[in-house]
Amino acid sequence: MAGHASKQIDSKTLWGGQMSPFSTSYGKLMMWFFLVSDALTFGGLLIAYGYTRHSCQDAWPIGEETFNSLPFLGHGYPLIYVALMTFILIVSSVTMVLAVEAGHRMDKKGVVKWMIATIIGGFFFVGSQAWEWSHFIHGSEFGKIEMEDGSMAIVKGHFGEVENFTIFEAGAHHKVGDQITAEDMDLNHEYRHAIAEGHVENNVITLHDGSKANISKKDNDHMELMVKTDGGKYKIGDHIEDHDLAAELYNKTVNAGVKGNVIFGANLEQNEYGPQQYGQFFFFITGFHGFHVFSGVIINIIICLGVIRGVYHKRGHYEMVEKTGLYWHFVDLVWVFVFTFFYLV
Amino acid sequence: MLRDDVIEYSLDAHHSEEQGKKIRKKIWQVTALLTVITIVEVALGAYIKQGSGAWPFVKWSFIIMTLLKAGYIVQVFMHLGDERKAMRYVILIPYFIFICYLIFIALYEGTAVGEAVSTYGA
Repeated sequence: MAGHASKQIDSKTLWGGQMSPFSTSYGKLMMWFFLVSDALTFGGLLIAYGYTRHSCQDAWPIGEETFNSLPFLGHGYPLIYVALMTFILIVSSVTMVLAVEAGHRMDKKGVVKWMIATIIGGFFFVGSQAWEWSHFIHGSEFGKIEMEDGSMAIVKGHFGEVENFTIFEAGAHHKVGDQITAEDMDLNHEYRHAIAEGHVENNVITLHDGSKANISKKDNDHMELMVKTDGGKYKIGDHIEDHDLAAELYNKTVNAGVKGNVIFGANLEQNEYGPQQYGQFFFFITGFHGFHVFSGVIINIIICLGVIRGVYHKRGHYEMVEKTGLYWHFVDLVWVFVFTFFYLV
Repeated sequence: MLRDDVIEYSLDAHHSEEQGKKIRKKIWQVTALLTVITIVEVALGAYIKQGSGAWPFVKWSFIIMTLLKAGYIVQVFMHLGDERKAMRYVILIPYFIFICYLIFIALYEGTAVGEAVSTYGA
């Protein structure tokens, strides 16, 4: 016996034509209409991204250069992390469709099992996105540099650790001869922050309390520069692969002591990866998608509780699970497109 | 109790154990396919540099693979393939016509704006 709605409705009241024109329930049809309108929103966002990217051309960042890190393992793994996120979302979509299938067999235990798996997958995805955002906001170890000729370049290489700061001019807290080591503060972080603020000049760092210190730091290895904005000498698309030259150009910029010459990470005003709009699109598109995933997880939890309480079993059909399933698959569908157009192409 | 004045929702909303087995098999097949496509995409993205000779081919293969993935998600996972033809077309056709139009117009405009800026300055 096919599933009836919990309350039998006289067909004359509901549809003038005696039957549902699409052989689909009202709820499912409305979910589809909502998904089409939501798909138009995401379509609009991705097309706006395409418009901006086409108008910026070569200055636009390249996915595999920007997203090449893994938690705990560092750099040099292009796209692996986003691929993992994609895989997590696909798997959670599979567990959702299995929950729907179990619902069609009126297998309550099966529905609960697969829905819980889906919820866990959803949380994993949201967590991964949080890491991705944090990484994007904090940026790389080198940042983006603006060189003397006005050209801007992103930097690749191995960062040499900062070993210590030795004070030679006293400030409010530190005395001459004090040596600040990794036990006192996060030296790499302090160093990058000082560079961004223009407080590093000729290998001398000015600390927060006004004291000045010599920097003892290992050399950066395997430096490469990729020019992203035209300048007097270097042009967009130039790739400086000579490690010594790249290191020289980088060190010169870092030690110039000018605020804004080196940009680390991203915010809504500037970012180290490319044009300003790149950061804004990243935050808005992945943020809007992440918001959808998060609300999807919440809706899944609510429906899962309903399943556990036996609400839908009593009703005689698991259509509610099907409807949330539609929404959840849609979230996966959007990510497939975001993955391609934001990270791959 | 069979009443013909009552609407039957989702005519295929229930299925038996045997049918379920078939459906689950299909689901796992699609899962494997989606995973393989994703792995191929990442491998191509990681090893073929943008701007190299093979890049235009890779770029278009990304777009084709994406549409393939999307097609399987919509048809199998979202069960649109099991719905009536009328419903499928109501959902897909207006969307595709509008989106194709928007893509065409926005990307042409974007390229033109970019060229104007690089020729005449911002």
